Amino acid sequence: MATTLVIQPVTRIEGHAKVTIQLDDAGNVDTARVNVIELRGFEKFCLGRPVEDMPRITPRICGVCPWSHHLASAKACDAVFGVEPPPAGKKLRELCNSIAYMEEHILHFYFLAAADFLLGPDADPGVRNVIGILNAAPDVASRVVKVRHMCAKMLEVLAGKPIHPQAAVPGGFSRPLAGSERDQLRQMADEALELAKFSIAFAKENVFPKYLDVVKTLGVISTGFLGTVDDKGALDLYDGHLRLMKRDGTFVDFPYDKYTDHIAEHIESWSYLKFPYAKEWGSFSLENPAAIYRANTLARINVCDFIDTPLAQAELVEFREKFGRPAQLTLLYHWARLIELLYNAENTIRLLDDPDITSAETRVKVTPRAARGVGVTEAPRGTLIHDYTTDADGLITNVNLIVGTTHNNAPINMSVTQAAKSLIHDGKYDQGVLNTVEMSIRAYDPCFSCATHQLDGKLSVKLDIFDADGKLLDTLAN
Amino acid sequence: MAARLAEEWFAICGGCEVTILDIGEPLIDVLKQVEIVHMPVLMDHKLYGQTGESTEMEIPAADVGLIAGGIRNEEHKKLAQEMRKKCKILIALGSCACFGGVPALANQYSTEELVEKVYRDSLTTEKNGLPHEQVPPLTDRVYAVHEVVQVDAYLPGCPTTPEMVAGALVALLEGKPLPLLASKSVCDTCPTRREKKAVSTLKRRLDAPEFTPGAPLSEMRCLMEQGILCLGPATRAGCAGSDGNPRCIRAYMPCEGCFGPVSDKANPMVDMMGALSSIGLDPKQIQDRAATFNRFAGAGRLRPLPRR
Repeated sequence: MATTLVIQPVTRIEGHAKVTIQLDDAGNVDTARVNVIELRGFEKFCLGRPVEDMPRITPRICGVCPWSHHLASAKACDAVFGVEPPPAGKKLRELCNSIAYMEEHILHFYFLAAADFLLGPDADPGVRNVIGILNAAPDVASRVVKVRHMCAKMLEVLAGKPIHPQAAVPGGFSRPLAGSERDQLRQMADEALELAKFSIAFAKENVFPKYLDVVKTLGVISTGFLGTVDDKGALDLYDGHLRLMKRDGTFVDFPYDKYTDHIAEHIESWSYLKFPYAKEWGSFSLENPAAIYRANTLARINVCDFIDTPLAQAELVEFREKFGRPAQLTLLYHWARLIELLYNAENTIRLLDDPDITSAETRVKVTPRAARGVGVTEAPRGTLIHDYTTDADGLITNVNLIVGTTHNNAPINMSVTQAAKSLIHDGKYDQGVLNTVEMSIRAYDPCFSCATHQLDGKLSVKLDIFDADGKLLDTLAN
Repeated sequence: MAARLAEEWFAICGGCEVTILDIGEPLIDVLKQVEIVHMPVLMDHKLYGQTGESTEMEIPAADVGLIAGGIRNEEHKKLAQEMRKKCKILIALGSCACFGGVPALANQYSTEELVEKVYRDSLTTEKNGLPHEQVPPLTDRVYAVHEVVQVDAYLPGCPTTPEMVAGALVALLEGKPLPLLASKSVCDTCPTRREKKAVSTLKRRLDAPEFTPGAPLSEMRCLMEQGILCLGPATRAGCAGSDGNPRCIRAYMPCEGCFGPVSDKANPMVDMMGALSSIGLDPKQIQDRAATFNRFAGAGRLRPLPRR
């Protein structure tokens, strides 16, 4: 008999989604969809507000990557006002970005993803979590808790508030860094670098070799990639230009404000989340995904020509020797995440050692005007685009946001379909199998809160109830 | 026996959950003393059974329940009711659960206006339909959790603070009453220098205030008296960490009101008008006063704007 499985909520990710798997009469997968079931509505309720309020409001899109929104927003404001922050303003922003990255990559790898690998995909759900890791590897766990907390403390020193900060302002950064504070942070940065080095060595020894078969098979798809590089082609997470790479490795580079020439968003009836695609590569289709690209760690590691810090560059060379460029295996997102963790630890030290970082000149004066400004950062979960238009008083007249996880909406659905179809046969499945399907989502470190900043409304408030054969039984509407 | 803990999140950003992790090393002790029975961000309990075949949602019984986020759709409403039914003590975690938070700014618009903007008036979006299947219907506005089910305690803040979360969890584990929220305003705890007179008219937050980098905050003139709108007078104290200074003031930035009104009965609009007038500033200069003064407390306070 046909069956519908609803895996709800998708767990150990950020935000709300469920997986709906429709099995046919023989118990094989007919369709598998990731339904994003959450909405809030920032693009509407930001209209009319002073543009300088945007870096304060938009971090609330995501409390896991508030710094990404804060900085993309501040950069969009810079563009609206037509100013460049002074060197210290820019570098303090980038420093906060790198520290926030460390905090988030540590959070994802150890707190959210690691349980699947260290305790096993089919371990008891009561154990397969961070508490299970605390018991299984107490030394590693306490070190991780300590360093992640230390990263939050570093952000507190720099900005007063680690989550939903206010320190990045149009034209720069509100708070100069004192020399004594720099010295304090420098010691912490050394400790963070040690954990970053340990993490990738630990994973290369204990995680990836053990799960190589899973890495080679689970959620595997082939797509293009989107990321940011600097003018030399190096990985850059704070500033640069966009690079859109086809699956054959050829790419186009373009400045932020040209994103509308390359990216369009499609709507599917079964998810509140839109589906971006590369519109020059074809039309949108999940069945014929020629126009689909991916963002987030693996995408950035693929599109960059090199990394300009020595330890991360050495890891990139090794990674490319093993998996080529572009690497397509979905679970390699985890590996790429640990290379980025190392890069950010090195970049934090580089910025703290830069004499500009303690300059008292951290912001320039700005004057309202009618303009459009596009600010982009690489959020941990992918390319983050903030696009504002203002009137002559500097009040917002239009907002367009495309956030990291949204770029990966189609790829996540493709990976889940691949995983479900390869793992579920003849009606045989258990919680371990379904969790393995979820692992193909977790690799992307999705943040569906971020992605669902948009808000739907009454027009769509309609619930269709189907029976197992897909026959419409009832429709509820408001 | 370990205390059983359940957590749910509704219209959220995840910042309050990250704040739980920001407790730091005491977190390990806390985690060892609790049994988490439901918490989507950290563990794999599923609402419709572990293999997804059940038709009724179910959360296991718990001693303590935490809810982050305001109520934005019908499923949140059902989950709030299920949490209330299963948890002996129910705590609203963060300003979204307590008062609606930033997402309640949407309460100024009709849902039709929102749909129009998101799916039909967006720079990059194809106008190819609307989501309507396998997604929960939305509520007519954002509700604070207490508007839907009874709440026993509140931990406000956007996000709330690690100190408050740790204080509450430790008290609960030890069977003691929860620490009371501060009954003072952010102003009452702010170290900046006040002379009860503004030295500038109200201005946009486009320029830096005057301060000496590295000098104690007590040497900086009150930001409001410098003409920079600060929600300190109408906002509950409690955000300050170990150094006792309000979090945003540490960055030489004004309070934006994220801890919500000073008390249950307080009206931020009235409090702010009074505070501004008393130092010679003109509240009428502030556009969009309702949304500015209730940025984090819009659940019961913001209504659709009149159509132009």
